[in-house]
Amino acid sequence: MSEATRGRGRRRSPRDLVGGTPAETWSLRFDDRELPAQSGQSIAAVLWSAGILAWRTTRATAAPRGVFCGIGSCYDCLVTVNGRPNQRACLVPARPGDHVTTQEGTGHDDLAV
Amino acid sequence: MTTSPSDSPADLAVVGAGPAGLAAAVAAAGLGLRVTLLDAGERPGGQYFRHPAPGLGAARPEALHHGWADFASREAALRAHVSAGRITYLPRHHVWTVTPDPGGGPVWALHAVVGPEEAAATVGARGVLLATGAYERQLPFPGWTLPGVVGAGGAQAMLKGGLVLPGSRVVVAGSGPLLLAVAGSLAAAGARVPAVVEAAAYTGYAAHAAALLRNPGKLAEGATYGGALLRHGVRLLTRHAVTEAHGTDRVEAVTVARLDRDWRPLPGTARRIPCDAVAVGHGLVPQLELATGLGCATRLSPDATVALEVDAGQRTSVPGIWSAGETGGIGGAQLALTEGEIAAHSAAGRPVPARLARARTRLRAFAAAMAGAHRPGAGWTGWLREDTDVCRCEEVPAGRIREAVEDLGARDARTVKLLTRAGMGWCQGRMCGPAVAALAGTDPAPDRRPLSCPVPLSHLAALPPRTPLTGPPTGRPHLLWPRRTH
Ligand code: FES
Repeated sequence: MSEATRGRGRRRSPRDLVGGTPAETWSLRFDDRELPAQSGQSIAAVLWSAGILAWRTTRATAAPRGVFCGIGSCYDCLVTVNGRPNQRACLVPARPGDHVTTQEGTGHDDLAV
Repeated sequence: MTTSPSDSPADLAVVGAGPAGLAAAVAAAGLGLRVTLLDAGERPGGQYFRHPAPGLGAARPEALHHGWADFASREAALRAHVSAGRITYLPRHHVWTVTPDPGGGPVWALHAVVGPEEAAATVGARGVLLATGAYERQLPFPGWTLPGVVGAGGAQAMLKGGLVLPGSRVVVAGSGPLLLAVAGSLAAAGARVPAVVEAAAYTGYAAHAAALLRNPGKLAEGATYGGALLRHGVRLLTRHAVTEAHGTDRVEAVTVARLDRDWRPLPGTARRIPCDAVAVGHGLVPQLELATGLGCATRLSPDATVALEVDAGQRTSVPGIWSAGETGGIGGAQLALTEGEIAAHSAAGRPVPARLARARTRLRAFAAAMAGAHRPGAGWTGWLREDTDVCRCEEVPAGRIREAVEDLGARDARTVKLLTRAGMGWCQGRMCGPAVAALAGTDPAPDRRPLSCPVPLSHLAALPPRTPLTGPPTGRPHLLWPRRTH
């Protein structure tokens, strides 16, 4: 959120509030972009840090969706991680070398239920 | 990984490591029980004490929390009990069903999927404490599926766990005390919060002055939130609601309108507030599927949610199954800690200390007052348009649900679901259930989902055959929980 500057100087960020520094940073590939990631962040947190709020489209109307519940209950944040569709981005920790791709509809899913 | 539940079962399995489960596990181990603590999360604390992963290197995680000391002391105790072998702590274990052990004897089998790889694990225990917490209640409005509209609890969870914000100008809306906490932490973390939009009138509390005055701690907590909001220049609009979110690819503004006593938007009161995110929630709903799967009795709470019926020792109606915290009705972290400790005493066959019993009575009275004040008014459906998606997963609009009710004669949420697919998607009605029930004109039904999370078919196939459990297993003598007397 360091980009959250607003005219009269830099605003506080969540990092300012809790202090400290991340143990490690690396980059995560999202579609064709490289995004900075910190160890311990979920995939959704990495995407939010980059200002990205939507990473899938719905089956019926192709509407964009991303995190809604933030705790693994709503399944709105589904994403394809390393070729595996239907992963909940709010729960799955980002790992070095991950390739995350926008999921369209069911992501040619192998629905487990 | 999979063991037979009858190889050396724990005395007590605790499901959920939030305030209730954590307090219960630590207290039970302190009273001499062998405990297994299973939790879907990576770290103990649940949603309330959700904190950044160690890798994020937060030096002051307590800056995001109220009552962090309550967590820190129990987490330290958990670590001590784990190294002494009194607690087996299983993080990343999502329990999806609890069954009586087919081997006979007073033993339960807890079936879990483990980690993102979804491996199977089964744990056996003589008693089970369900401390599965709650999820947020959502009432839909036009535009609520736009990116940038997120759950209030979700925004809080992403902030506490990942140190991220959904936007830089966030309207907080819905109903319930959680909104004040969420607005306070978003503002402290650097977001602008132009308004907290609360559908209820806080004057509803006045009717419960006695319960409020017996809870000075709670009042002080409220004052802290209020003070933080004032400092950050946040406006509190009571008896108002966000009736629409605007934008194409993401939210750009909301319409806020005044409500009448029944939460019906008053014509001519709408105004627009620009924002790039909305954090919304209308209170919490107890998460009960494991309990209802076992046949535990439920009751309707004053906030119109379904909660478990428990006795003074936190026992559910099913012998051998306890519940603590939000599963027994929404009441907050202090109550959850208290009830967890009460359940531990009762599971260990000990009398409940009077101090805990008193605290529970006092905090439950406060919770009931609060729940009643924030119960959704029937008029909220007045802000739905025919094309507003009610079920996010299956994209079922309000018009189709109304048609099922008005033209096709559906009288309950279940029939609506069969006719429209509302509630049949991934989330199994967690997001749309309360709204669908309201549109069908009924009270919400207890959570009945066959599985509490998606489970690979192979794990289902591996379950031992048994007669389906249709009600409380009382009357089947081998399932009865023997009262411990030591
Ligand atoms: S945001 Fe709801 S499951 Fe991830």
